[in-house]
Amino acid sequence: MTGRIVLLHAAVIAALFLLQFVASDYAVLTLTRIMVLAIYAVGYNILFGYTGLLSLGHAMFFATGLYAAAIGTTRAGLGVPEALIMAILIGFAVSLLIGAIALRASGVAFMIVTLMFSQAAFLTVLYFGDYTRGDEGIVIPDNIRIFTVFGLPVDLTSPTLRYNLALVFLGAAIALSLAVIRSKIGHVLVAIRENENRTAMLGYDVARYKLIAFVLSGTISAFSGACYALMFAYAGSTLASIQYSIHPLLWTLLGGAATILGPVLGTALMFLLVDFASGFTSASLLVVGAVLILLVLFFPKGILGTIRQRWVSWLP
Amino acid sequence: MTWVRDVAFFPHLLLAVLEGTVAAAVLALSALGLSLVFGVMRVVNVAHGEFFMLGAMLAWWTAKMVPGGPLAGFIAALIAAPAAVGALAYLTERFLLRRINYDPEATIVATIGLLFVIQQLALSVFGADAKPVAAPFTYRIAFPWFGFSGYKLFVVVASLAILTAVWWGLTRTRYGLIMRVTQFDRETATAFGIPVNQVYSAVFVTGAALVALAAVLIVPIQQAHYLMGLDPLLMSFIVVIIGGLGSIKGSVIAAFIIGMADGIISMFFSPTLASIIATLAVALVLVVRPQGLFGVAPR
Repeated sequence: MTGRIVLLHAAVIAALFLLQFVASDYAVLTLTRIMVLAIYAVGYNILFGYTGLLSLGHAMFFATGLYAAAIGTTRAGLGVPEALIMAILIGFAVSLLIGAIALRASGVAFMIVTLMFSQAAFLTVLYFGDYTRGDEGIVIPDNIRIFTVFGLPVDLTSPTLRYNLALVFLGAAIALSLAVIRSKIGHVLVAIRENENRTAMLGYDVARYKLIAFVLSGTISAFSGACYALMFAYAGSTLASIQYSIHPLLWTLLGGAATILGPVLGTALMFLLVDFASGFTSASLLVVGAVLILLVLFFPKGILGTIRQRWVSWLP
Repeated sequence: MTWVRDVAFFPHLLLAVLEGTVAAAVLALSALGLSLVFGVMRVVNVAHGEFFMLGAMLAWWTAKMVPGGPLAGFIAALIAAPAAVGALAYLTERFLLRRINYDPEATIVATIGLLFVIQQLALSVFGADAKPVAAPFTYRIAFPWFGFSGYKLFVVVASLAILTAVWWGLTRTRYGLIMRVTQFDRETATAFGIPVNQVYSAVFVTGAALVALAAVLIVPIQQAHYLMGLDPLLMSFIVVIIGGLGSIKGSVIAAFIIGMADGIISMFFSPTLASIIATLAVALVLVVRPQGLFGVAPR
């Protein structure tokens, strides 16, 4: 039972590792981007898929990590590892604060409140344009991205290193979410999704568990944002916009909510689809909208959710 | 507004209050449809702002197509835009929302999808440039310190008229009674022979037509642009949450508070700061009263 689950995920990571030897330079770059953003989707899925809380504002956590890393390295004079750690800590603090307030609302109100907070965060990014450089964005110079950690030289401008680093981080995110979901906490989260009142009646502190899921999800999103800024040397306000709150929702829905690998698969497929569509239309977001509608109407469980329901019931 | 610094504080404040009143009227009018739909159907239409954008685009298109000056175009748009957007809303309700059985979460996801589809189609059809629409008349009211657009005050009066009409329709007519019964208890309403599906269709279409009407009124003050839907959507959310989900009276009061605050803060500080404060106000309201200022806690 546990054996084959570990085997499956190890096989996926191994396949991604081997892919770099056959992929073109462009594909390696795209795959790196997909893996970094898949971390974001994996974090989102903990809250949306497993706990059943639909957030429309995760871009604020992604942007928190993004700007903490970008401003930390370019303005505060931090090295890349310190900036990454600081981004995680700030992401933790922000998601704790926002979660404590937003979770007072439930259902539709929760969705709108997260959307509002995220919009306030986006406007804040624009308001402090002197620091964030707004639309134009912060570019992290290459000399900051070449450094040594524990005596080992690290060069984030190297595509191969970035690819493997993204793979390690994605592997860690998958392992973490698998561990959480299979632990007691994960079972309580699923119980809350299925029936919140009954879970509370059984004596679980529902508010505390929801906050745990929220903070975990927000912190992983911030981590993904920080990785994005450091690896691709850029932080701009578009990455904090509502669109970036909708993306992880779409990726998770497409791949299959409440499956560990679903968000990863969804991110990859959606990237390919948008890439393909942008070849012949400038309105490539049209694809995003159409896929959302089609998923809701005909395919609510997503790809892996359907596979689990039909054929592979042990899929986590 | 650099010229404002030359004048005294009172005219400055008067201008802020006038702009605030216009903002409040615009807000109340744009939020009305969202509030109505949420009140009766308990679903959130995220594509609400795109219905607004379509209304504005159609107003621009009609003004261009109809000969005989801005007034003729304006009158034609007052009829054409709500009708066209209402028809789109009918299709949305019939083939999207009804199929997913008005599930709150699925509705939000589906209408987000609709938001992108409408927005991107508008980009493809109308292009990315902002389109000015001439006001039907250009009378300026001359205050001793500054002139103020008479059309803006007309928007305030028109909003009040529409709000009153909707309030009258909801509380004083048979259709309003049927809507309120459906809102109160869908199942009992069905048991008493009320065609709930038709009521839902009518409410969704009315909500969309109202926001399209709002857009036709408002677009001469702003400009039509394919991305313009986001702001009215977010502001409507703020108004509807602060006023209490589903309470039209609450929405109107909240629109007035937010519109005034927005007008005054925008005038003395910056519009971005005003928006940040308004969005954070939503959080404060939810901490103190999760059901909003005038809402009733769900049964």
